Amino acid sequence: MTQQTRARRTGSPTSGVGVATRDVHLSFGSNHVLRGVDLDVPAASTACVIGPSGSGKSTLLRVVNRLLEPDSGDVLLDGRSVLGDDPDVLRQRVGMVFQHFNLFPHKTVRANITLGLTRLKGLSKDEASERALVHLDRVGLAHKADVRPGNLSGGQQQRVAIARALAMEPEVMLFDEATSALDPELVKGVLATMADLASEGMTMLVVTHEMGFARSVAQQVLFMDHGRVVEAGEPGAVFEAPRTERLQRFLSQVL
Amino acid sequence: MDALNTVWDTFFDLDAMRAALPDMLRVGLPNTLILALFSALIGTVLGMVLAVCGLSQRRWLRWPARLWTDVFRGLPAAVTILLIGVGLAPLGLGIWGPNPYPLGILALSLIASAYIGEIFRSGIQSVDTGQLEAARALGFSRPSGMRLVVIPQGVRRVLPALVNQFIALIKESSLVYFLGLLASQRDLFRIGQDAAANTGNQSALVLAGLFYLLITVPLTHVVNAIDRRLREGRRADGAAAEEPGAATDPAPSTQLAISQEPR
Ligand SMILES: Nc1ncnc2c1ncn2[C@@H]1O[C@H](COP(=O)(O)OP(=O)(O)OP(=O)(O)O)[C@@H](O)[C@H]1O
Ligand SMILES: [Mg+2]
Repeated sequence: MTQQTRARRTGSPTSGVGVATRDVHLSFGSNHVLRGVDLDVPAASTACVIGPSGSGKSTLLRVVNRLLEPDSGDVLLDGRSVLGDDPDVLRQRVGMVFQHFNLFPHKTVRANITLGLTRLKGLSKDEASERALVHLDRVGLAHKADVRPGNLSGGQQQRVAIARALAMEPEVMLFDEATSALDPELVKGVLATMADLASEGMTMLVVTHEMGFARSVAQQVLFMDHGRVVEAGEPGAVFEAPRTERLQRFLSQVL
Repeated sequence: MDALNTVWDTFFDLDAMRAALPDMLRVGLPNTLILALFSALIGTVLGMVLAVCGLSQRRWLRWPARLWTDVFRGLPAAVTILLIGVGLAPLGLGIWGPNPYPLGILALSLIASAYIGEIFRSGIQSVDTGQLEAARALGFSRPSGMRLVVIPQGVRRVLPALVNQFIALIKESSLVYFLGLLASQRDLFRIGQDAAANTGNQSALVLAGLFYLLITVPLTHVVNAIDRRLREGRRADGAAAEEPGAATDPAPSTQLAISQEPR
């Protein structure tokens, strides 16, 4: 199936917009977690964020969709600052996928997806259900629409979580270690879904430990340490020719 | 043998029970149910308000909820019922006449709300913070996320404790007798006690006890049934994950080959 027919079939031609941050600072109490982060993810491209635990990767993602408010700096979507926008509306434009899926366990897979569609997008029940099925089909799980998330494997749950985010038709997708909680044999399916999405033109900011994914899918890799982007560039350059000693040390540990 | 018979008759004199039965059925049972039902309803609503306020980010909502809970959970039920039922009686007299029920229900509701509020709060707090985060990430405001995602899960988890609280409330409703009840206002306990006082025979009180058991014992079974279902549900949730067939599910196609572990 070509990308075009696929996009038509899913009914959701993804049209990402660029996302950027400018000199973002954020502290939790005395813990200065983000120390001036600049990033630029052009529309329809994928950037992977790598870095040691505690370097501020998750915090950075949460600033981008304003689950956390930065102390200073700016967040830009499509070249425009979003810090003055209604954060709830902004979050509809920025989808997010979490390490632990965070599906709603008391609702069926379908209801997980339709909740936002009916309540926030104003779709009727039938329209929402139809759209939910389209997005479930896209991740290969339409046949699981009426089961509860607890009856799915981790990999399936994460694909449902991706479908839930995509059903809101976001312009940017954030992934926070989407495969870190999965058994090794389930990682592949989720990465494949993410790669598909990237190839369809979604703008993606992906925190990951999957260096293979970063290498083959991302146009840009950012290495974070101690709340700063220490090194950024094309995957080839970052992985083959790391300039800083910190990145060299990090790569020797994870590769 | 005689002594044993006397003891038996003191508690299980069928004639005495039969004499009290009509009043129990016509007056006592409905009154007890009215007291318990209304205070359970009001207590649950107030309890939810308390729980939400107690978990609020705003301090001016949190501390009144805290104070309310401490007071009505800390006072003996009899003290609360007397203070409210007698203390506010002059006020009530103008509104609904010499009926102790509204104030009795109010007092019982306040007591129940303190306990139920704590039950709800612990349930809501036990829900993973990722749930609210996921709801907000979809575009829900914090209050909407609480209402649609977090609170339903929290309440489900504490249903057994909630029903236990209802059982306690049914028993506590007997304390309204402190407020002085007209003949038609007597609840199960008061009718049993009156008959026992008049006849010197406890059988009517035993009958009242049986009525209480008739209501509360089935409820304890309801608790157990809910408990069992929740437990089984949780086990099914955990066990199903990562079963062998899962990985072979129709996975999405991909145009890109992804090497999983590059060297
Ligand atoms: N809500 C919070 N309150 C206080 N401190 C926090 C909070 N969230 C994160 N932190 C702290 O901020 C720092 C960065 O955390 P963050 O989760 O962003 O790191 P990370 O790079 O995502 O790490 P990991 O790879 O382990 O997920 C850590 O020191 C962490 O303890
Ligand atoms: Mg993290």
